[in-house]
Amino acid sequence: MSFHPLMAYEPARFQKSERDTLDEGKPFEFTRERRAILDEMLTRYPADQRRSAVLGALYLVQEQEGYLTANGLRHVAGILDMTPAEVEDVATYYVMFFKERVGKYVLQVCRTLSCALGGAERVTEALSDKLGIKVGETDASGMFTLLEFECLGACDRAPVVMVNNELWHENATPESCAKLVDDIKTRGGAALSGCHLRVEK
Amino acid sequence: MEPILTKYVREPNSFTLDFYLKHQGYEGLKKALGMKPNDIIELVKASGLRGRGGAGFPTGLKWQFVDKKNEPRYIACNADESEPGTFKDHVLMERNPHLLFEGCLIGCWAIGAKVAYIYIRGEFFHVQQVLEAELAKAYKQGYVGKNILGTGFDCDIVIHRGAGAYEAGEETALIESLEGKRAQPRIKPPFPAVAGLYNKPTAVNNVETLCNLPPIILNGAEWFTSLGPEKNGGPKLYCVSGHVKKPGVFEAPMKTTLRELIFDYAGGIRDGHKLKAVIPGGSSVPILLPDQLDIPASFDDVQKAGSMLGSAGIIVMDETTCMVWAARNLLYFYKHESCGKCTPCREGGDWLYKILTRIESGEGEMRDIDLLVSVGNNIAGKTLCAFGDAAATPALTTVKHFRAEFEAHVREGRCTVPADWRASRMPVGAH
Repeated sequence: MSFHPLMAYEPARFQKSERDTLDEGKPFEFTRERRAILDEMLTRYPADQRRSAVLGALYLVQEQEGYLTANGLRHVAGILDMTPAEVEDVATYYVMFFKERVGKYVLQVCRTLSCALGGAERVTEALSDKLGIKVGETDASGMFTLLEFECLGACDRAPVVMVNNELWHENATPESCAKLVDDIKTRGGAALSGCHLRVEK
Repeated sequence: MEPILTKYVREPNSFTLDFYLKHQGYEGLKKALGMKPNDIIELVKASGLRGRGGAGFPTGLKWQFVDKKNEPRYIACNADESEPGTFKDHVLMERNPHLLFEGCLIGCWAIGAKVAYIYIRGEFFHVQQVLEAELAKAYKQGYVGKNILGTGFDCDIVIHRGAGAYEAGEETALIESLEGKRAQPRIKPPFPAVAGLYNKPTAVNNVETLCNLPPIILNGAEWFTSLGPEKNGGPKLYCVSGHVKKPGVFEAPMKTTLRELIFDYAGGIRDGHKLKAVIPGGSSVPILLPDQLDIPASFDDVQKAGSMLGSAGIIVMDETTCMVWAARNLLYFYKHESCGKCTPCREGGDWLYKILTRIESGEGEMRDIDLLVSVGNNIAGKTLCAFGDAAATPALTTVKHFRAEFEAHVREGRCTVPADWRASRMPVGAH
């Protein structure tokens, strides 16, 4: 018999973590090429500061899987001498890492002031109408995801749409964007205008 | 004034090493490596070069504070250009990358660093590709790496890609991010000059700041100061965007007035409209009104007028811009980008956004306007970094100058300044 009477705890008052956890995903290991890229990256930082390469490593996971998975993060943690929680801590902070499955083309419309003054809100509406999805959603075919993004640093070519973290489409208009979606379907990333500095003579 | 930093950016091959070498490329470095590091710091101090990232702090002084007894030391180049309305470093890096490399090397020589990390924002992937290709060429030809130009000076440049965080532009947050952590600011002191990257002395300098070094070394401090008003010498890049006819990056001395930048350089307000308000230094600074623009666009003069030159991102708004909407747009940005470390900023930014949403959608009350001011004043100055002040500013400055517009929203229960370029249905997207 217990010496003390049992304290009646209320289960509802327990603290619990409310965070969303990442998909487990497939068992993960870097391809040999990506592992070589990461190993080269590690030479750029002091030998005892492997963790400095974590953003680079996470980009490589995303490249391989399309988004960040828990298995991918654990693999990175093992290579960089970090705990999985430390990697997740970093991964969930930065907006360019996708924490869930996204479409093949992620259309990210800059929504901050200069782009908005140039009509970015209407561009978002036009893309939403054309794709039949709301911001934050992926279309049924799994080809497009529509997101809003914060200032891309190209305010002189507002509004700007960034596709997949790498490609840019500048001077977007509601009219041009409907066409852009069709063009991407047929021509892929080549349909985008790119960064003007490169395009201009 | 003939452009100095952006003179050749329209030339097709301006970014290549060959082109750069034909136009005095790496001459500044050659000269600098023949000077004593301390003499370079003194020269930069004499030039009065002020940081181009936003704070306008004298670069020479920053370097002087770097603890020379501790090794290794680092230069961290802030290429995380994220301040809304700012796009100058973008041009410099994409069209004139070797100028940045040369500036990094001169900085490293001056403070005795062996590595410069260029922290570039993840969204500038196309810029990073240019930087990496050109850096490889510079390594190959002996301008970067071991025994630079046969002088025995070793210095590496590393390009580090960020991943989308406005806060990474704050110098200690940038260091945290470089170390592989969340981009959150540190408590200061100690300042990076004493304990920065990997706890070692570090100078964090903006891209444009470092790009000013080669011309200063080549032409001297006096030349540099003579280009602008007192204490605001040298060339400056201005980014003009918003409702102007020719938005873009313009290089001008800091004696140029804001009115000239908007009406001459950027071609003035779009046809049939008139100027309503100007944000002169990126979204974090107070608004200036049309009658306040006849001042030199220098750090000191803009401050005297009640705002800040900041990152020189000039956002121009015409009469179709609802100021409640503009404040709400920016508060969404700040609420989204707050790193969450300090409570006033993390919670307060969200509160400001919610109150502004209420007023803009016609559901606000008169007391909400004073509530905005109260919440704003309880964020500003009460956080570890300047983000808190920046987040409060759009709300405080719009209420200060356009209070009647806020009151009209409450009185009429709707937005009173319609525009054909805004969303045709509320709310837009996810928020």
